[in-house]
Amino acid sequence: MISQTVLSVAAKLLSGASVRWIDCQPDACQRVYFANHTSHLDAIVVWSALPREVRARTRPVAAKDYWIKTWIRRYLAKTFNALLIDRREIKVHQSPVDLMLREIGDWYSLIVFPEGGRTSGEEIGEFKSGLYYLCKKRPDLEVVPVHIDNLNRVLPRGEFLPVPLLSCVSFGTPLWLEAGETKQSFLTRAREAVVRLKEV
Amino acid sequence: MDGPTWGMMGVVLGLLAVTTTIGQLLKRYPESGINPAAVDTFNSRVRAWWMMCSLLVAAFAFYNAFTVTLFGLISFWALREFITLTPTRLSDHRSLFWVFFIFTPAQYILVGMNNYELYSILIPVFGFLFIPARVAIAGDYKRFLERTAKIQAGLLVCVYCLSFAPAILYLEIENYEGKNPLLLFFFVVMVQLSDVLHHTWDRLFGRHHIARQVSSSRTWEGFLGGLGSSMLVGTALYWATPFSPLEAAAMSALVAVMAMAGGLTMSAIKRDRGVKDYGTLVEGHGGVLDRIDSICFAAPVFYQVTRYFLALS
Repeated sequence: MISQTVLSVAAKLLSGASVRWIDCQPDACQRVYFANHTSHLDAIVVWSALPREVRARTRPVAAKDYWIKTWIRRYLAKTFNALLIDRREIKVHQSPVDLMLREIGDWYSLIVFPEGGRTSGEEIGEFKSGLYYLCKKRPDLEVVPVHIDNLNRVLPRGEFLPVPLLSCVSFGTPLWLEAGETKQSFLTRAREAVVRLKEV
Repeated sequence: MDGPTWGMMGVVLGLLAVTTTIGQLLKRYPESGINPAAVDTFNSRVRAWWMMCSLLVAAFAFYNAFTVTLFGLISFWALREFITLTPTRLSDHRSLFWVFFIFTPAQYILVGMNNYELYSILIPVFGFLFIPARVAIAGDYKRFLERTAKIQAGLLVCVYCLSFAPAILYLEIENYEGKNPLLLFFFVVMVQLSDVLHHTWDRLFGRHHIARQVSSSRTWEGFLGGLGSSMLVGTALYWATPFSPLEAAAMSALVAVMAMAGGLTMSAIKRDRGVKDYGTLVEGHGGVLDRIDSICFAAPVFYQVTRYFLALS
């Protein structure tokens, strides 16, 4: 618990993140936060932006190959309670979505990055279908769009030393999967929700 | 603490008490006809001054190193705000790392060691040459001059210029040994006061804009009124400084001119970037950089003029 607080304070100082809740309130109910992905710090920064009691029951989904590489990364991933997904060995009977749903049970919320990989930061890429299947299997989950601004300048792709610029994390209005909504229209709607937060 | 220090504290606390009372009275009696939003802004400004002032007093009660560190942290934060708002390219990442973690701490460490020969040239000479070279090594030539100029300007304004404020603590002035914190306090109070007086005169008598596109509030009447009244206050406070009354008036005028120049310059940058304030750290004050822009411009000039005329070595 203490190490979690230390990590979140350190992440807030380093990323200088101002946090905005736009038509959305922090709540400990089960949610899926989905955000644009521009930096390895994304997972930690979004997680730190949540209030303490919400943070305690929220697990960011992160890439296993990156977060198990060194002991410090393993320690960090353990501290922010990351749900590590193996990107290289995705089996049919053990899909990441099933794994996520099993891990969160009826208690945890998730932070996911539906673009699948990091982008340059200017454009938000197309969303992978995982978010849709997550909602289809658990329609009771609130899906909250999150936009992360400027973090790609704090720690860009391929760099390991962060530069302490100021970033901004915005949480938007929750969405739900509508009855009979197609995969494509849901993913487009979700992506547009993130793009809209960029303009607000 | 001796007489002048107590006097200075008294003056500052008195000023803060008066402004706090005015703010609370305006809030209590909304029929005064002043825009309530403006009253709220004023009150949060006053709250932030209390914060700044208590930090400064706390700093003075300890060692010089404490004050230097405090200013170093302010520089660091202001530079963050500056670079955040000036778009650089991803290939500038490594150069920015140098700027934040090597040049900024080095400048303040040298100030703390009182190594004037080195800290007066570290950024304008070594930093100036290093940054474009490092950007060139990164291999990205797009908008090259523009990007390097932005990083250099941020480093010069937020770090180099501001570091001359704590440097005042190390000036050696005849018959003024051990009283340097008072001179720094005088400087900071005069900068903040000239800002406030400028704005008060703007509100009351402002007609002719200095540069309407850059700042819709700053006027020539406000500037001249603010200049005159800060000279009066500065002269009245001469006993806290190593200056004669006439010199104190001249220094106050200098501070008022530089504070105006700083505020106007930084607004021009903000207008160009299409924002109103640099950040959101201190409530009601926009960003740190919005509060210290006038100090950044006034500090090196105040320091150098004092050094030229009064310093022993």
